Amino acid sequence: MAETEANSVSLAILGSGGAGALTAGGILLEAAGKAGLYGMLTRSVGPQIRGGEAAALVRLARDPVECAAERYDLMIGIDWKNADRLAAEIPLSPEGLIIADPESGPVPEEITASGAPVVEFPLKETAKAIAGGRENMVAAGLAAALTGMDIEAVRQVIRTKLARKGDDAVNSGLACLDAGIKGAEKMPRSYRLKATQQADQERWLITGNEAVGLGAVRGGIRFAAAYPITPATEVLEWLAPALARVGGALVQAEDELSSINMAIGASFGGRASMTATSGPGLALMMEALGLSAASETPVVVVDVMRGGPSTGIPTKSEQSDLNIAVYGFHGDAPHVVVGPLGVADCLFTAQWAVHLAEAMQVPAIVLSDQAIGQARAVIDRPADLSFFANRRVWQGGADQEYARYALTADGISPMALPGTPGGQYTADGLTHSVTGTPSSRMSDQKAQMDKRRDKVEQFDYGTHWAEIEGDGDTVILTWGSTTGAAREAAKRLRARGIDVKLVALRLISPFPAEQLLQAVGDASRILVVEQTHSGQFARHVRAHCELPGKVHPFHREGPRLIGPAEIVTEITDWIKS
Amino acid sequence: MNAPTCPSFKAGDFKSGITPIWCPGCGDYHVLLSITKALAALGRPPEDVAVVSGIGCSSRIPAYTNCYGFHGVHGRSLALAAGLKVARPDLTVMVMSGDGDGFSIGGNHFLHACRRNIDMTYIVMDNRVYGMTKGQPSPTTEPDWDSALSPGGTGLSPFHPLVIALASGANFVAREFSGDIKACTNTILEAIRHPGFSFVEILSPCVTFRPDEKEWKQTVHKAIVEPTDDPARAARRIMTDDGMNTGILYRGNRKPYAAHVSDEVGDIKALEEAFAL
Repeated sequence: MAETEANSVSLAILGSGGAGALTAGGILLEAAGKAGLYGMLTRSVGPQIRGGEAAALVRLARDPVECAAERYDLMIGIDWKNADRLAAEIPLSPEGLIIADPESGPVPEEITASGAPVVEFPLKETAKAIAGGRENMVAAGLAAALTGMDIEAVRQVIRTKLARKGDDAVNSGLACLDAGIKGAEKMPRSYRLKATQQADQERWLITGNEAVGLGAVRGGIRFAAAYPITPATEVLEWLAPALARVGGALVQAEDELSSINMAIGASFGGRASMTATSGPGLALMMEALGLSAASETPVVVVDVMRGGPSTGIPTKSEQSDLNIAVYGFHGDAPHVVVGPLGVADCLFTAQWAVHLAEAMQVPAIVLSDQAIGQARAVIDRPADLSFFANRRVWQGGADQEYARYALTADGISPMALPGTPGGQYTADGLTHSVTGTPSSRMSDQKAQMDKRRDKVEQFDYGTHWAEIEGDGDTVILTWGSTTGAAREAAKRLRARGIDVKLVALRLISPFPAEQLLQAVGDASRILVVEQTHSGQFARHVRAHCELPGKVHPFHREGPRLIGPAEIVTEITDWIKS
Repeated sequence: MNAPTCPSFKAGDFKSGITPIWCPGCGDYHVLLSITKALAALGRPPEDVAVVSGIGCSSRIPAYTNCYGFHGVHGRSLALAAGLKVARPDLTVMVMSGDGDGFSIGGNHFLHACRRNIDMTYIVMDNRVYGMTKGQPSPTTEPDWDSALSPGGTGLSPFHPLVIALASGANFVAREFSGDIKACTNTILEAIRHPGFSFVEILSPCVTFRPDEKEWKQTVHKAIVEPTDDPARAARRIMTDDGMNTGILYRGNRKPYAAHVSDEVGDIKALEEAFAL
């Protein structure tokens, strides 16, 4: 058996929806985490709930994994139903290996075109020979053995996962695993991670959508309103029991118009509040987000972006809601837009967003996306953060005159919460005076607009506006989920002796122009990387600052994620020319 | 144990100093008066009451009260109020709307607010016209009412708010006429006190765009029957209603929506541990 050693090992398990490919991938990832590795499980699925195409994509490494693999070493097909639709998203390495069940018919040409050899293995027949056996567990055995995983860790995860189904289920799962491991002995190729010094860190297994929810709760969110939408539903499903456990509540709304308004109403009552949605839902929420801005009632909206426009590709990723999040409000409505830089950063960014929304009494939109939201990763235990909802609340007694929208030095006015005597005011989307009384006077419009602009522009965003790594004449400028690929590209370029600075923006609006110009210095080349068809981020950057040197936008629509290798090629080709 | 002392309030304690933008003779003045009288009778201080609304003439009410208010966007007042009440169950939550705001753009929220049965009071001032935009037909307008936007009339059957409320699960359903301040005050007070979602349609004439509605004080008539807690009975009555019957139609006993935010914060560390490998 030929064994390939590499810094990361990637495998894909394909099977039509319901075949258990994602379950097998999840078991392998968790086992890898327990055995001290890092990894990421992403999924590529079609729109069908049952019977559509689905692939579990697992990438394992000894260092934290921040983006999906670009080349796969091992592909196991439980079946090939509609697999041709996914082939373009799962490129196989020519040194790779395809394991096919002869019962499932021929391997699609789109997959064999990679040049990787096809080896047949009777997954279904093997599973059938075991009482209660399932072919996805046989596939897990093959994958575990062929990637050099700690088999005992896999067994332990199967025991825990299947425990609630009873001893028989555990035993048949383990028997299938062993049958797969035995089958691996006959395979011509296998893969191993290069041995390195491993840090003994405490690790978490978490998805981006769960991390956003946890960050929000850590930040002080106690109310959420929910309307289901792919790929954001898991944020809401995680929050429902979590909020109940911390004294909060989640209400399922009749639509997104309702969910955003419920969140604003709860926030008016003094509770930090949020909702989560995706592009179509965000479009419906825009009017009420303007109300949040005008009435200065804080609210957090997590937008887990998917392919657009319209219904687009609900199960796959893009970063193309940047424009609507930043520019979609009618009127001039200062607000905050932030984007998490990876699965682990979903926690940080969501917690920060709650803090920003509450401190400034503004709407804050968190632009996550399907690629990180639905990715499950092994991460280092996140640090405790000090950000917490800290709204400036009016405490005065009935003898004090209260003006809800009083003009203050920093533009932030103390907010009276219902129940406070003497603080009664009417929050209003109408232009208003300092007391909140509706007004169509020029002076009130200007004073209140200046105030709302000032509080957002003068706020101290600290060092959190971006992650900056390395130094060099060449800069990779990106934001949100493409940061993982950009970071890996920068590492590879540095390994080749090319100095590269990575600037990954977490703060999208208000645009941190001064900080960015300072960070790029006098760079001569800036590659702007994003997952949009039209280059929304590059245009946004250009609208706010004149970057030095040559600027080259590099962008593409989903669903094929931008990977490190193509960023490396862009830069090396650019330097050569 | 002594009963808590109840400070006595007057209607004036619930009025703000802001002059309404309404036309002289608008029915909404009477509704505002009835609401402030009902709140005074309720006996809670103004700061413990929140008045939430959408957009339209009737939705201007929050700023005219001395309570906490939220004048939101068009059609979404019930959603704002639902979030507020779940977040702050200690407050008395009142929602103000009109036939356009509540039944047209906000129609879907009306159905689901009835279903959800959160403890709040929904008052819709029905004048069968969009007044603030100067006279267009609303869902409750008669089919042959002529207007610039729908010349010759819409030809559409009017929406029947009480039927919809009852069918959707509202826990208290009533209709009153704005000119009968005593009846309005009593019904609003009962609606507030009744647990769950209470719906009161108040026929409130628009003297500017529907001068014919000045006749309402002659055409309304008190229903001669007692309220029922039997939805089937209420449904039979309402299906033969001429639209001008006033009084309480239905008092249900469905359990109000229970989930709410509390001041106690549970253990967040326990949530985090679920992710540890």
